[in-house]
Amino acid sequence: MTVATILEMVLGAVVLGLGAWTIAARETFAATVGYVAYGLLVPLIWVRLDAVDVALTEAAIGGGLGGVLLLGAAARLRASEPAAAAETPGKIVRLGAAGASVMVAAALSAAVLLLPDPAPTLAPAAIANASATGLANPVTNVLMAFRAMDTMLEKVVLLLAIVGVWSLASDQAWGGRPGPRHQADPHGVFAFLARLLPPVGIVVGIYMFWTGADHPGGAFQGGSMLAAMWLLVIMAGLTDTPPASGRWLRLVLIAGPGVFLAVGLGGVCFGLAFLAYPPTNAKPLILGIEVAMVLTIAVTLGLLVAGAPERSPQR
Amino acid sequence: MTEFLTAALGFILAMLALGLVPILRGPGDADRMMAAQLIGTGGIAALLLLGAVTGVPAAADVALTVALLATFASIAFVKKGLPHLDADEASSTEDR
Amino acid sequence: MSFALDILTIAAVSAGAFFFLAGTVGLLRFPDTLTRLHALTKADNLGLGLVVLGLLPQAGSVRHGLKLVGIWLLVLLAGATVSQLIARAARQGGPAR
Repeated sequence: MTVATILEMVLGAVVLGLGAWTIAARETFAATVGYVAYGLLVPLIWVRLDAVDVALTEAAIGGGLGGVLLLGAAARLRASEPAAAAETPGKIVRLGAAGASVMVAAALSAAVLLLPDPAPTLAPAAIANASATGLANPVTNVLMAFRAMDTMLEKVVLLLAIVGVWSLASDQAWGGRPGPRHQADPHGVFAFLARLLPPVGIVVGIYMFWTGADHPGGAFQGGSMLAAMWLLVIMAGLTDTPPASGRWLRLVLIAGPGVFLAVGLGGVCFGLAFLAYPPTNAKPLILGIEVAMVLTIAVTLGLLVAGAPERSPQR
Repeated sequence: MTEFLTAALGFILAMLALGLVPILRGPGDADRMMAAQLIGTGGIAALLLLGAVTGVPAAADVALTVALLATFASIAFVKKGLPHLDADEASSTEDR
Repeated sequence: MSFALDILTIAAVSAGAFFFLAGTVGLLRFPDTLTRLHALTKADNLGLGLVVLGLLPQAGSVRHGLKLVGIWLLVLLAGATVSQLIARAARQGGPAR
């Protein structure tokens, strides 16, 4: 057994243990911090598995935006937490929940164990056809060309999610600004950081998107970085969330799926299939779609974390 | 050199596992936040070492993402995790 | 030359690992929030700085090296700011918990 194997086993044990503890913890805030720590450790496993694209997404979502979203939820639940903890469900309910969970876990593990060995894979085919698009990163090739339909529908799902969040608004706040108005001392440490970090973060976000053509990275990772920087400025009170009724905001929200759909239909018009790119122009078209997608993803994720409209647009 | 860096990686991972204890134990929310901060920095060091050991230079990009976004999460902790804190002492409508 | 660089790597990464140990032990053993914070941020950021310094000779290109230094600078900036905010929060919250 080599040092590296021991390392992998320890890493796996730590992450699994932390995950189990996060589920078992009674206190919401403690569980949330545990989950964020989990999100910071899992990228190590993905890097070890040579799945750097997934590691980037996990770091951005699990360690960053997802943690902030859950923290917001924990802060809202704080007032009602003692009452919720006091009412323990009955024994039958708990046994039923445990039974259902065990069955789901057993079904999942059976599915994994029954996979044929070696597992069926399209990876060689994806690598062999990489030259068709002019992009060197196989993950981007799959996302943007070979399985472009999935990615487009995924963007539509993001749009539906934001509609779902917005529909939680009260009648008075409909079309208003999401979340509370944040305030901070304009000369304080926090406002200083919120002025200094976003320029760096925006450059890194664009770099993540640009390098995604040939190296790990891509529109989603870049977009979540941009969203985080936007939220940082909002949390420091340096700017306010835009009103949900704004025309420009809505145009940006549909830009990503819209451009994707337009290019896809263009493929039909020019005698190819839906979402087929002409081989000579594949790379510019894919980059064009991705530029629109980065903007849409950044704004959508930012608004998802900001929450439902709470204030009328005038204030 | 690879063996040495692997050993250093193992050591830092052990420190990370120890650093999890304050997250689990507390006692206060501030301690949990500090432990998360430690996991962030230690995770960055581990990612850089892992990138050097396995020859994956893109691990540095993951570390860059963690560096920027772990900060962001820590700040959200400070603003939301501690209900009595209004960032920078301004009277605020924050934290509901 | 490469031998000297390897020595630098071993020395700096070992020192960095020591500071991670110091930071973790401080976080576990120090008596109150502010001293724990002191242990965490000083040792932690110094630890990462030394690990980065040790990895610089192994970083195949100048661009990669600059990226490593940039990561460290970002963590320094963020760590300093966040510890200010945590310390303020701990003081406003009354005696350290």
